[in-house]
Amino acid sequence: MALAATAGAAPGVRRRKLGNRVLWSACAVALALVVAPVVWIVVGVVGRAVAHFHFSILSTYPVGNGGGLLNSVEGTGVIVAGVLVLAGTVGVAGGVYLAEYTRADRGGFLRGASEVLAGVPSIVFGYVGYIVLVVRFHWGDSVVAGIVVLSLLVVPYITKTTEVALRNVPTNYREGGEALGMSSGATLRRLVLRPALPGIATGLILALAIAIGETAPLLYTAGYSSRPPTFALHHSPIGYLTYNVWTDFNQPSALAHQRANDAALLLILIVLVLIVVARLVVMTTQRYSPDRPQRVGKATP
Amino acid sequence: MLSTGRTKVGGEEEAAAGSSPRAATAPAAVHAPAGSSASAPSSGGGGAGPGAPPAGAGGGAGRPPARRRGRSSWWRAERLLPHGLHVFAFIPLVALALLLGALVWKALPAIRYNGTGFFTRSVWSLGNLYVLPVKTGGVAHPPEAAYGALSLVEGTLVSSAIAIVLAVPVAVGTALVVVEKLPPRLSTGIGFCLEVLAGVPSVVFGLWGWFTLGPFLAHDIAPIWADHIFNHLPDVPVLRFFRGPTGGGTGLFVAGVVLAIMILPIVAATSRDLLRQVPRGTVEGALALGMTDAESLRAVNMPWVRSGVIGATVLGLGRALGETIAVAMVGGSLVAAPVHSLYPDFGTIAATIVNTLDSALTDVSGLATDTLAELALVLLVITLVANVGARLLVRRVATTALPVGRGI
Repeated sequence: MALAATAGAAPGVRRRKLGNRVLWSACAVALALVVAPVVWIVVGVVGRAVAHFHFSILSTYPVGNGGGLLNSVEGTGVIVAGVLVLAGTVGVAGGVYLAEYTRADRGGFLRGASEVLAGVPSIVFGYVGYIVLVVRFHWGDSVVAGIVVLSLLVVPYITKTTEVALRNVPTNYREGGEALGMSSGATLRRLVLRPALPGIATGLILALAIAIGETAPLLYTAGYSSRPPTFALHHSPIGYLTYNVWTDFNQPSALAHQRANDAALLLILIVLVLIVVARLVVMTTQRYSPDRPQRVGKATP
Repeated sequence: MLSTGRTKVGGEEEAAAGSSPRAATAPAAVHAPAGSSASAPSSGGGGAGPGAPPAGAGGGAGRPPARRRGRSSWWRAERLLPHGLHVFAFIPLVALALLLGALVWKALPAIRYNGTGFFTRSVWSLGNLYVLPVKTGGVAHPPEAAYGALSLVEGTLVSSAIAIVLAVPVAVGTALVVVEKLPPRLSTGIGFCLEVLAGVPSVVFGLWGWFTLGPFLAHDIAPIWADHIFNHLPDVPVLRFFRGPTGGGTGLFVAGVVLAIMILPIVAATSRDLLRQVPRGTVEGALALGMTDAESLRAVNMPWVRSGVIGATVLGLGRALGETIAVAMVGGSLVAAPVHSLYPDFGTIAATIVNTLDSALTDVSGLATDTLAELALVLLVITLVANVGARLLVRRVATTALPVGRGI
């Protein structure tokens, strides 16, 4: 600034410096506008729930407007386990195929279909699940319908992360396997899959977080039940945490509000734990395997 | 085809079984003399003692091939592996086709009954459900049933537009700070914040919007401009949109803000990743020419990432268009209320499907549920256009792939 003034270009430089300062101030405000909602949501939801929180909600079933959330905790567990098995199988297998058996510049149609499927609104999944599985197939509100619909919803995430993780494994590994005379399947299974496992696990964890947080696909496929889950294949409605938030938040009852807040607290805690676990998986594996390519480069000075 | 595959598998297993004993015995045969010759000079009498471990080691060396042989018969099926995996890779494509097909099949009666008026009317009436359904053009329907989704399409587009207008500058600004100014540790923290924002379930956003954000915006924020500025300006079409009253905590503006927060992580994370790819040399060249940070951003960084950011924005738009639960909770869920102002309750396509399915089931002719299928079809087409457009745009010009869905 002082230098510019002596150079005699003061007005222009001052304006440009001002422009610079305005830009970065605006960016700082933007940053605050991103951080503030995160803190506000987490603190707000936790604060509202903690005031009335009691651990008995984890061990009792709902009674009228009050009672616990045990049915939903169990139901969420069942649904998520089902999604993990079904979507995990389909997603990982699809990702392995896209990474290992199609060239990066081919298979665009399959890859594109998978990515576009991830953009389909969740209510469309839910409604198609309702008209096809629940009504047309006469499954009724059933846990299987919920699992199928939710699995279709999260498969693209798992496929994508699996493919990226496998593509990050150096080609040397595959060449080494070939040089040893291993078949392509054996190379994949013994050499390539192992370094990609953390990436795949991260994808599964994030898919899990999405599956736990979804409401719309389940409302009309899995129904809701305030009793413990039955493992019947059809006509077996099941509880899940998001339903409690969705239904109880505007009931004219303080007990119902508490239950909605408690369910939201559990949801947000689960999601936070899953995100932290996913981060830990990535961090530890990046730290202890120097031969893996580091995907996120350090910020160059 | 299958039988030849099986015989081939069997044949190769025999070949493997035939070859592996040779492989197992050969190292042992080589190893045993070596062990005995090494142990012989050290102690003649105790030769058997030190000689035993090499024999054991030889057996150990022989064991893995044996184990491998046992498993290999099982894993010879891996010849079929690519074909099996191929099936799984096709599932998303099949699912997409099924979604479209099922919706078209279910919506056909409604499409015939509602006609093109579906997109030009704002009306939602199940008709007289207390009398027998009548038939018009082969479609059974309750008398006086009338559907028009104009206000829902409007509500969907306007709320998403509000979200985009609010979210994109904030997201890009955040990405700029994170890439250009913050130390790595802090930018990791911001990345964590974005992941949390992407991971928070939409019901939790809805709950927060209903109890906390909605009342705050309606009572403390929106009146700042609605009551103090726009209510004093002339009552002309565009300005009228911003006039109060600002409502009680639900409605278009609240839903728009909640949607904006929900799509922030997609746009911000993608912009950040794109900005990191801008070649350092070009930026430094701009700085060396005497440009300020802001000028080099405008001259170098932004042109480099523009199309990618636009792609991410369209992807966020797709997310906002399809968001269901949060909007159903804070939007007020009106079905046939044209959007005339920024604040009143409204409805989107997705929220209407989830809110009215229960009541639609009371229509025994089935036209109400068919119409919801038509709505879902409209929503699916809109979001497909947004998604495919975003991906085509980005694939043509940028190297970074867009994140899928929620962007985590």
